[in-house]
Amino acid sequence: MASYSTNEFKSGLKFMLDGDPCSIIENEFVKPGKGQAFNRVKFRNLKTGRVNERTFKSGDSVEGADVIEIDLEYSYNDGEFWHFMDPNTFEQYAADANAISESKDWLKEQYSYLVTLWNGSPLLVTPPNFVNLTVTETDPGVRGDTSGGGGKPATLETGAVVRVPLFIEIGEVLKVDTRSASYVERAKD
Amino acid sequence: MSSINWQPSSELEILKRRAQLLADVRLFFAERNVMEVQTPVLSQAAPTATYLDSFSTDYAPTGQHYYLQTSPEFAMKRLLAAGSGDIYQIAPVFRNGELGRLHSPEFTMLEWYRPALDYVGLMYEVDALLQQLAGFPAAVKISYQQLYIDTLQCDPLLAETKTLKSLAFKHIPSLPDNWETDHDGWLELLMSEVIEPQLLNYHAPVIVFDFPASQAQLANVYQNPNQQKVAARFEVYAGGLELANGYDECLDPVELKQRFERDNQLRSSQNKTVMPIDERLLAAQEAGLPACTGVAMGLDRLLMLISGKTQLSEVLSFGFEHS
Repeated sequence: MASYSTNEFKSGLKFMLDGDPCSIIENEFVKPGKGQAFNRVKFRNLKTGRVNERTFKSGDSVEGADVIEIDLEYSYNDGEFWHFMDPNTFEQYAADANAISESKDWLKEQYSYLVTLWNGSPLLVTPPNFVNLTVTETDPGVRGDTSGGGGKPATLETGAVVRVPLFIEIGEVLKVDTRSASYVERAKD
Repeated sequence: MSSINWQPSSELEILKRRAQLLADVRLFFAERNVMEVQTPVLSQAAPTATYLDSFSTDYAPTGQHYYLQTSPEFAMKRLLAAGSGDIYQIAPVFRNGELGRLHSPEFTMLEWYRPALDYVGLMYEVDALLQQLAGFPAAVKISYQQLYIDTLQCDPLLAETKTLKSLAFKHIPSLPDNWETDHDGWLELLMSEVIEPQLLNYHAPVIVFDFPASQAQLANVYQNPNQQKVAARFEVYAGGLELANGYDECLDPVELKQRFERDNQLRSSQNKTVMPIDERLLAAQEAGLPACTGVAMGLDRLLMLISGKTQLSEVLSFGFEHS
């Protein structure tokens, strides 16, 4: 893998730090008074998802990380791994619980997910911003109430629980925002 | 349609404000009888300062190396030695490798020298210029030592290197465990990472004066009221930016030559190019530089503050990466 000097730092650059792949969010060149320059770098650890800061001496180098992002289709879960497929090459990828983490609530067969691969293995699975999911469990709907006021919990086919308006019934398909885990509207056919 | 980005990096309104700022600067100095000068951008000598890198080029017929000025300081001091009296210059300056949100390898410097003013008098003049041209409130003036004591409860003139080092690791969580630097390196790091961000709390420009003697650069070293050796050097901070650097100028050519040689030794120990010492400057100082004070101010940064921009490229007609 190529190495990168601080002069090449820019947001989005993937590099290795303390054994973990990281992505630069922000890079600030700092030159104190008449002293030696350094770079203040804000980055995301792609393994843990945590955002952190690190100071580098200007001119120092880091090793690049073999990290790419591709769209993969979710296939199934075998109890230990979640399996994805590249719809173009039919190549299979197995993601572990760490890579799935919070996306677990939004995995639906045949849906496309943004998967970050590190050295060819899934590191992180990001769901689309919106998914359509069927309600499997909720209190009976209140007929005629379309105001959207109040609300009640509803369990979706993936196991996720979101707050929905009172008029929603079991079996309805809802559009859900995965970033906030919130109901948007009834899905249009 | 071509996809090449040929457009200016700044809004045309900002360029108008720049033109106004330049006119205001010229008026400010005209009212004080300070003469505008122009000196060569290309010079056969260059500053030796360890962490200041010049661009260089060659004169084709002879192959003579020329350096693009990092500041017009040396040429202006030769004018002073020749009896110019008070002078100022608005000049393009060049610093290799300095590129970032607040840095451009090419920028505009306002530099002025005042045989008529002493160290404190020059601080007041910088303050007056900022008030008049940028509408800033009156500057707060505080010594480097006091600022360190107030912020870090540490006396920078007495502290041992290991004390500074442990303070740096305590206050700068982003610092990797294997960070190594020298005494001044720790002082500069604490200054820029811990103290500078606090200066915003003054809601006014801050003039920090009397730097440690080891950071004198081209300033005189003298005794502060506590009988400690300090550099007659000040830095002006405003809106989170380092805006200007001023000296009570070191007049002694022998002392100056020693500093240049020490710089070059440090350069060679770091495998950096040793720079040709400006013998013409030393000869001019030999002949006699009048007692004077001088200050250099980043005009683009000042324009950034005036126009509320957050990136230097937003106030340049064409930023370095689109030049």
